[in-house]
Amino acid sequence: MNPIENLNKLFESRIRLGVMSVLMVSEEVSFNDLKAMLDVTDGNLASHLSTLEENAYIKVHKGFVGRKTNTTYSITKAGEKAFKGHLAALEAMIKFTQ
Amino acid sequence: MNEQQHLDTLKDIKRIMERSTRFMSLSGLGGVGAGLSGLIGAWFAHGILEDYRASAGSPFLYNGGHYESGSPDVNLLVLKLLLIAAAVLAGALTTGSYFTWRKARQQGLPIWDATARKVVINLAVPLVAGGFFILGMIYNGFYGFIAPACLVFYGLALINASKFTMPELRYVGFTECLLGIIATFLLGYGLFFWALGFGLVHILYGVIMWWKYERAPQAA
Repeated sequence: MNPIENLNKLFESRIRLGVMSVLMVSEEVSFNDLKAMLDVTDGNLASHLSTLEENAYIKVHKGFVGRKTNTTYSITKAGEKAFKGHLAALEAMIKFTQ
Repeated sequence: MNEQQHLDTLKDIKRIMERSTRFMSLSGLGGVGAGLSGLIGAWFAHGILEDYRASAGSPFLYNGGHYESGSPDVNLLVLKLLLIAAAVLAGALTTGSYFTWRKARQQGLPIWDATARKVVINLAVPLVAGGFFILGMIYNGFYGFIAPACLVFYGLALINASKFTMPELRYVGFTECLLGIIATFLLGYGLFFWALGFGLVHILYGVIMWWKYERAPQAA
């Protein structure tokens, strides 16, 4: 049995893993807050967010604050399951190699 | 990917989860500064009260918490005490935010982010409610209850905000509430409890936090 198989390819990127970590503990997070917390550029973050959205791991909500657009993100049930599965796989990996 | 990399990844996840829910830049030194300004304020207030006692006799604090307001002397005394309170608040906020700003900069973290907003909002709601409650008591002449009410509402605000910052703040909140409740039954000693709660407790908490999180790493 090889635990590596259970590692989620999508979470190999530190930024995508970071986004998921933030969304696991906060209900809704805005683009700007994500950017500040992960310390990444706009373009970089946007491309990783769309990858996660395409895989239905996160939901996008487009709203308004006054006239400015305010985009927030939240985690989906599938995303939560995938993230927990990835953590379990990491844990198994560490135990396996010890 | 080896074991060390996986451990690093897990550490990363843990750090990001904590950072996105808790504001960890709150500085212990700021707590010490706030406590000192509380003690200095209490010392000035004590002096003013003693002067009043010497010249006008019975102070309102021993009157079961209630005083028939209207005497210009008492109004002046209350005004002076309120000015001291405002100066203490300004001093505490200034030192607190300065040291917190400094710590955030040292950590390379933003000082005003989603978690900082949560701390401020969760502190502000009980404090504003308490503030109006205390204004009502001043308006009605219940001066003796000011110090206990300050302590109780401040304690509740800290308990409320501790979910979004240092978890230790929760115990400070409990302590302030407890002091406030005791002070409610010992009305003549409001200033003493005020100095204890806003002065000593802050200094003690600040030193412990500084020791735990901020002290420069020792060589040993």
